Amino acid sequence: MLDLVWLIPALPLAGFLCILLFGRKLGDPGAGYFATAMVGASFLVTLGVFADMMSRTAEERSHVRTIFQWIPVGSLKVDLAFLADPLSITMCLFVTGIGTLIHLYAVGYMHGDSRFSKFFLYLNLFAFSMLILVLGSNMLVTFLGWEGVGTCSYFLIAFWHEKDSAATAGKKAFVTNRVGDWGFMMAMFFAFWAVGSLDYSVINHSVLSTSTATAIALFCFIGACGKSAQLPLYLWLPDAMEGPTPVSALIHAATMVTAGVYLMCRISPVLDIASDYAGWIIAIVGAATALFAATIAVAQNDIKKVLAYSTVSQLGYMFLAVGSGAYTAALFHMITHAFFKALLFLGAGSVIHGMHHEQDMRRMGALRKLMPITAITFIIGWLAIAGVPPFAGFWSKDEILFYAYDKSPILWLVGLVTALLTAFYMTRQVIMVFYGTARWNDAHEVHGAHGDLHADDHGNDHGNGTKPHESPWMMVTPLVVLGFLSIVGGAINLPFSHATERLLIWLEPVVVVRESDTSKLPLAIVAIVVALVGIALAVMVYAKHRVKPIEPQILADAWGYDRAVSNFMGGPGRQAFDGVAWADAHVVDGAVNGTGALVRGTAGKVRKLQTGNVRTYAAAIAAGVVLLLLWFVVVRGIL
Amino acid sequence: MELFVFIVAAAMVLVGAVGVVIRKHPVHAALSLVLTLFGIAVLFIAQEAHFLAAVQVIVYAGAIVVLFLFVIMLLGVDNAEDLHIEPFKVQRPVAAVVGTGLVTIIGLAIIASRKATVPVVTQSQAVQDALLDPQDGNIRALARDVFSDHVLAFELTSVLLVIAVVATVMLARKPKPGELVIIESTGAAK
Amino acid sequence: MIAAIATPTTTWYLLLGAVLFSIGVVGVMVRRNPLILFMCVELMLNAVNLTFVAFARRLGDIGGQSAVFFVMVVAAAEVVVGLGIVVAILRRKPNATTDDMAELKG
Repeated sequence: MLDLVWLIPALPLAGFLCILLFGRKLGDPGAGYFATAMVGASFLVTLGVFADMMSRTAEERSHVRTIFQWIPVGSLKVDLAFLADPLSITMCLFVTGIGTLIHLYAVGYMHGDSRFSKFFLYLNLFAFSMLILVLGSNMLVTFLGWEGVGTCSYFLIAFWHEKDSAATAGKKAFVTNRVGDWGFMMAMFFAFWAVGSLDYSVINHSVLSTSTATAIALFCFIGACGKSAQLPLYLWLPDAMEGPTPVSALIHAATMVTAGVYLMCRISPVLDIASDYAGWIIAIVGAATALFAATIAVAQNDIKKVLAYSTVSQLGYMFLAVGSGAYTAALFHMITHAFFKALLFLGAGSVIHGMHHEQDMRRMGALRKLMPITAITFIIGWLAIAGVPPFAGFWSKDEILFYAYDKSPILWLVGLVTALLTAFYMTRQVIMVFYGTARWNDAHEVHGAHGDLHADDHGNDHGNGTKPHESPWMMVTPLVVLGFLSIVGGAINLPFSHATERLLIWLEPVVVVRESDTSKLPLAIVAIVVALVGIALAVMVYAKHRVKPIEPQILADAWGYDRAVSNFMGGPGRQAFDGVAWADAHVVDGAVNGTGALVRGTAGKVRKLQTGNVRTYAAAIAAGVVLLLLWFVVVRGIL
Repeated sequence: MELFVFIVAAAMVLVGAVGVVIRKHPVHAALSLVLTLFGIAVLFIAQEAHFLAAVQVIVYAGAIVVLFLFVIMLLGVDNAEDLHIEPFKVQRPVAAVVGTGLVTIIGLAIIASRKATVPVVTQSQAVQDALLDPQDGNIRALARDVFSDHVLAFELTSVLLVIAVVATVMLARKPKPGELVIIESTGAAK
Repeated sequence: MIAAIATPTTTWYLLLGAVLFSIGVVGVMVRRNPLILFMCVELMLNAVNLTFVAFARRLGDIGGQSAVFFVMVVAAAEVVVGLGIVVAILRRKPNATTDDMAELKG
């Protein structure tokens, strides 16, 4: 079964090709169900591979399946090969699993859209690229997937490209990702230069000098910053909310943004032998991003923007863990985050769908009675992300905070403050959307793109189309499944004893593991208290209205960061680029043109020799003969 | 005796040569050329190349110079040339320098090789036998040499002659009306 | 008695040939009438012939004389073709000099 690992990316690829050829014929919702089936089949294959792996001993769990030799150029030998080991299969499991759920959800969400089949075309292509990224056995295959997900992200964010803001957001995502990709490429160059191969098995087990390891690790981190939206390259993620909600859920919550964390974990042996400051840089950037994004989320009014900044913040947590050497904790949080963030996004999508595409939270409220399933699952997600036990988020976040404390109490404090803010803004969101007074009669849009597909199982009448309603079964089912996972997901890595730390044991052969002696209980209690305080604060401000809400404009503007970047690029940046363009036109082209002009000028002078007159030619010949004879006499000494 | 002959013949040669270069009138130049050719023929005889002397007179002086005179008379270009016109100012000085340089270097080379050892050349037996004939040994020897050692060159030169004649006939004939001409001062075909 | 002073050696003939050749070169460079140009070329060829014969006698090799034989044949052919060209040119422009035939000017 392990041999069939190549099927995992092949099935979405087949789905992509089929929809490419027959998408229009399959139509709405045929193309959607087909795409879902493909990713679902991929999930089943992954389960099979996983079961096979579980049945083997720890040493036998890594398997490389080579498809063909891709690049044999001199000393660079790169194969298109898939590495099935605990880390990659873990990633595949939740990518395909959550992917299937979101595909199903999208069938309902995108119903009635004029480009329905194209959406699933891109989704399948995305699934394929992500699986290539995760399963790659060398950096180049990973990079192939890396670029692929970036491209699909562009396609999907700008899906409603008639809207200017969506098209711009797509471009922004792609360009910002490219800046990060430079880092990844530099890392590849370094790796090849140092060990002569791009294979992970070679890179991770070679003896590298500290400086080389640091260089590789930091360049990979730059790539990860771009892909996983860390400071300073996070700008694209909030804007990416222009895309349809399933896209935000799949790409910007569960899968693509985790690619950066995955990469860092994949090269964890290299990061381990790098200099200390590499880890510090990663941890500090992660912590700073977490805090930064959390502060901004407090003042956002768009339901999806809150979740976007929340994603940036949670990704910051993951990098904090990576920087502290707690790779397992980072992966654990990645998995639980995938569950509850996808849940939250899909729930937000359900709310938006039910509210007929209204996204401003100030115009929502009291939706709990009208959309009960959405509300309950959303609340589960809220509790998970706030870090309330026994929901999944508590266990993973606590792991991270624990290792952060080991690294430095200051980082732990930053993480704690961020946890407080997380609890605060998420509670705020829940209150604004599901509780309180109904504010949606103030302004509403006419029914947009849905048909009569969804059964309304709570008897609400929607004849006039203005009242919010529950979403159809295909949108609600994934919510329920994810809600369930958010509750029990913590069980894969409980810290009570070594035996219950199943994820740690599972990943041990592949990822570096650090032990620690500090007691976990006090820190856990502090974390729980902080979470409850955050919730209580938000309730006081938004539900009970005892305290005035503080939502300064600067936070709503994201600390003016976006504007600063635009100004810099538009101002000094542009001048620099213009200078370079001038240099190219005048210096480089000037040299080339100058050579041409020089040749032409010389030729113009030299062609005067061709007088066309026989006597001058005769004179030249005769003079040449005399000179030749002179040479014989003088130089060769004939006389 | 030989000295006398040499001096007279050399004088003829040089006077004729200078005359060719100096004379304004083409016909006068042609006649000077004849003088030179005769001088050369005399020198050939003095060096016991009898056959060649005869051929020189017949072919060179008798055919080639006559051909020159034919062309001059045919085209009616027997006008005297104005020797003062020289479009390129450097031409004459360069000619002077080149001429003196050439004669100096070659002359010095000749003089320096006076004491050079003479390589021994063995003729083929037929040639040696022919040379012994007192009456026309030179012709016999020359004939033996040309028709045995250099027969390929002989054949090729005969082909060359045929080609030359055909080419000249093509070049020089008057074009029939409506026919393309090769040479036109503007370069365009007529 | 005059004859007793010296006999012309090969060197004399060679020197004469050299002088004749130089005169021919100067003539080619200086004269503008195409026919006279040709005659100067003939001078050069004759100088060469003289040199060949002198060497043939000196070295006792009859090959020198057969060389002269072939030179004469080729010179004849050359004159024939050259005069044909001159006729073709001068028929168009009766007073042309070599300077006027500058079509290949670069």
